[in-house]
Amino acid sequence: MTMRADNISLHLSGFDLLRNISLEVEAGKVTAIVGPNGAGKSSLLKVLTGEMAATRGEVFLNNRLLQDWPLLDRAKILAVLPQHTLLNFPFTADEVVGLGRIPHNTGLAKDTQIIAEALDLVDASYLQKRFYTQMSGGEKQRVQLARVLAQIWQASHLGEQFLVLDEPTSAFDLSHQKLTLDIVRELADKGVGVVMVLHDLNLAARCADNLVVFDGGVIAAQGSPEAVLSEALIDRVFGVKSIIAQHPVTKRPLVIT
Amino acid sequence: MTVGTVDISLSEALSALTGSSVNTQTHTILFDIRLPRILLAIAVGAVLASTGAVMQGLFRNPLADPSLIGVSSGASVGASLMIVTAGGFIQSGALVGLSLVAVGAFIGGFAATLLVYRLATSGIGTSVTTMLLAGIAIAALAGALNSLLSYFSDNDMLRQISLWQMGNLSGASWTKVIIMGAVAVLLMGLFPRDSKALNALLLGESEARHLGIDVQRVKRRLIVLTALGVGVSVALAGLVGFVGLIMPHIVRLTIGPDHRWLVPASALAGATLLVIADSLARIVVIPAELPTGILTALLGAPFFVALLLQQRKDV
Repeated sequence: MTMRADNISLHLSGFDLLRNISLEVEAGKVTAIVGPNGAGKSSLLKVLTGEMAATRGEVFLNNRLLQDWPLLDRAKILAVLPQHTLLNFPFTADEVVGLGRIPHNTGLAKDTQIIAEALDLVDASYLQKRFYTQMSGGEKQRVQLARVLAQIWQASHLGEQFLVLDEPTSAFDLSHQKLTLDIVRELADKGVGVVMVLHDLNLAARCADNLVVFDGGVIAAQGSPEAVLSEALIDRVFGVKSIIAQHPVTKRPLVIT
Repeated sequence: MTVGTVDISLSEALSALTGSSVNTQTHTILFDIRLPRILLAIAVGAVLASTGAVMQGLFRNPLADPSLIGVSSGASVGASLMIVTAGGFIQSGALVGLSLVAVGAFIGGFAATLLVYRLATSGIGTSVTTMLLAGIAIAALAGALNSLLSYFSDNDMLRQISLWQMGNLSGASWTKVIIMGAVAVLLMGLFPRDSKALNALLLGESEARHLGIDVQRVKRRLIVLTALGVGVSVALAGLVGFVGLIMPHIVRLTIGPDHRWLVPASALAGATLLVIADSLARIVVIPAELPTGILTALLGAPFFVALLLQQRKDV
C-alpha cells in the first residue's frame, strides 16, 4: 500500500510551484525530501495531505483518491506534523498529546496510557504536567511529535498508516535529532510509511530508504541515497561544492562541504 | 432577591417563594420584577460568557470578546433597525415584537462575526491587531448607523435605543426570561458537541483537519450559535460588555483551556458575575439604579488592560 502522487502540478497566483511530480511513499519505508528553500517541498506535503488541491494530477491514499476518504477515517491512518504550530493556550503536554487521540474512540484509560508512552518515546515524560506555552522550542516540537505519534499509535483496520513530517528536527539538539530518526526507523519497521522534509543532507542520507531531491518545483533525482547523492547533483541543485565520502560506521554516503 | 430599593427581608422572600401569603406589593416586587430580573441575568451571563469562551477558541485568541470585536455592536444595529421599522409591535412588549428585535439582532451579530472572522483569519491564525481593528471599524460603523436611526426615531424609540447601549436588565419580564432561557438552554446543549473540535482548533485549522475535524462545518455552526446567543442577549438586555472576556479568562486560569470544561464553567461563572453586578447596580445609588452595563464595564476595562500588559510581557 502506498501514498501516491500521480503527475501533480500546482499552480498558485502565477507561479508553478510543482510541475508534473510523481512520487510514491511506500508503507514500511522512510522517504526523505531534500532541496533548496522554495523548491516546493512543503507545497508537495500540502498537496499530499489534502491541505491544498493540486491544479492537475491526483493523490491516492491506499489506492483510494485522497479526497474520497471521510475526514475521520483519514485521520486514523494519516498523521501530519507541520513545520510550525502556533498554540498559545496553556495546555499541558498531556493535553496536547491527547489531541492526537481525538479521531479515536479508545476510551480514557487507553488514551492516558498511549499519551504517557508517546511522551516517554520522545524523551518528554518530564514535561507531562508542564504548560506548552512555557516550553522551549525543542520541547514544543517534541510534544507535537508525540501528538502525531499518538494519532497513529495503534494499527488501523482501514489500511497502512502514514506519517508526514515537515522538518521535524529543526529545533532539536544532536541527541534529539538522532532520537527522532530512531523513532522514524522503528515506525517504518512496524509498517508505517514515513515521509519527511529534512534540511540536513547527512541526516537524510542516514535514515532514508528513498531520497527525493527537489529543485525548482520538479524532482531532480530520487532513489537510494547511495544512488542519488553525487557531487555533480549537489553542485547543480544547491550550488555548493562538496565531497561525497562514506560514513565509516554506517557505510552511508556522507556529504562534506 | 432581598436587595433593592424596597427593603424585603430574607424571611419574607423565602415565605413568598414557598407559597405563603405576603402582601401584594411585596409579591409583585418579588415575582414580577426581581425574580425575572435575576433569571434574566443568569441566562444572559451564561450565554455571554460561554459564547466568549467559544469565540476565543475559534479565533485562537484569548482577547476575543463579543463586545470588543464588534459583534454586540452589529447586533445592536440590527435591533435598532427593527425598533425603528417595526416600532408599533415592539411598543406593546409582546412576544412578536421581542422576537422581531431578536431576529434583527441575530442577523446584525451574525454579519459582524462573519466579517471580523474573515478579516482577521489567515492561514496561520488570527491576528489580534486585525481582529481589534476590525472590531473598531464595525463598532464605528454600528455607532454611525445607530445615531442615524436615533435621529429618525421618536422619543420612545430613542429611549429604548439608548437604554440598550448601556446594557440594562431592568426591563426584565417573564417573556424575556423565557426567550433568553430557551436560547441559553439551546447553546448549553449544543456547545459540548464541538468542544473537542474547539480544542483541536487551538492547534490551527489545518492541524484540526488532520485530526479528522470538518473545520468549515464546525466554524459555521459555532458562528451561527454565537451570533444567536449574543444577538438575543443584546436584543433583550443591551450591550453588557466584558462578561465574555473576563469570565472565560478567570476560568481558564483555574481549570485550563480544555473546552469540555471551559465552556460550561464559563457559563456558570458568567451567570454568577452578572447576577452580582446587577444586584450591585440595583443598590449602589438607591433609590435609582445604574444600568448593568456600566458596572460590567467598570469591572472589565481594568481587567482588559491588565491582560494586554501581560500579553506584552509574554511576547
